[in-house]
Amino acid sequence: MSIQEQIKELVESNEVVLFMKGSPDFPQCGFSSRASQILKQCGTHFASVDVLQNNEVREGIKQFSNWPTIPQLYIRGEFVGGSDIVMEMFESGELQKKLAGEA
Amino acid sequence: MVTPQDIKGWIEENLAGSRVEIDGDGHHFEALIVCPGFSGKNRIQRHQMVYGALGDRMKSEIHALSMKTLTPEEQASLEG
Repeated sequence: MSIQEQIKELVESNEVVLFMKGSPDFPQCGFSSRASQILKQCGTHFASVDVLQNNEVREGIKQFSNWPTIPQLYIRGEFVGGSDIVMEMFESGELQKKLAGEA
Repeated sequence: MVTPQDIKGWIEENLAGSRVEIDGDGHHFEALIVCPGFSGKNRIQRHQMVYGALGDRMKSEIHALSMKTLTPEEQASLEG
């Protein structure tokens, strides 16, 4: 499987998946930390992929999403955004709605 | 090292009608970008427009750029 196919599978087989640096318990970057903290606060179960463990995924996800930075949040196969967007949506309540399937 | 002024220049040159307020230490930057062209676009599209204006620099020179993207109307209603 090519890296793009692997990423596609990760994104399609997990309802909520966060591509980040480090893990939710041990984030390795402030932006990734913020995004994973917000998801924890929403109380949703989410999968996470530590891009620092795999350089192909780290570069591949940027191509896949056409987005140059990490973290990247996917909900039900749709790219939702990076840490700024996740935070804005959390503050406005949109993120919680989207996670609940209402948006 | 990249300065906030550099980034401001690159965005304003390449994103028509945009006005940028930006701060940063050479590694992490925070920018407010106001542009009429953002109207009708969702956040991802807006950020993509800014990334487009910065081009390859996002891959090499800019480590982290935090963005707030607003139309002039949105900014006015925040300040109003």
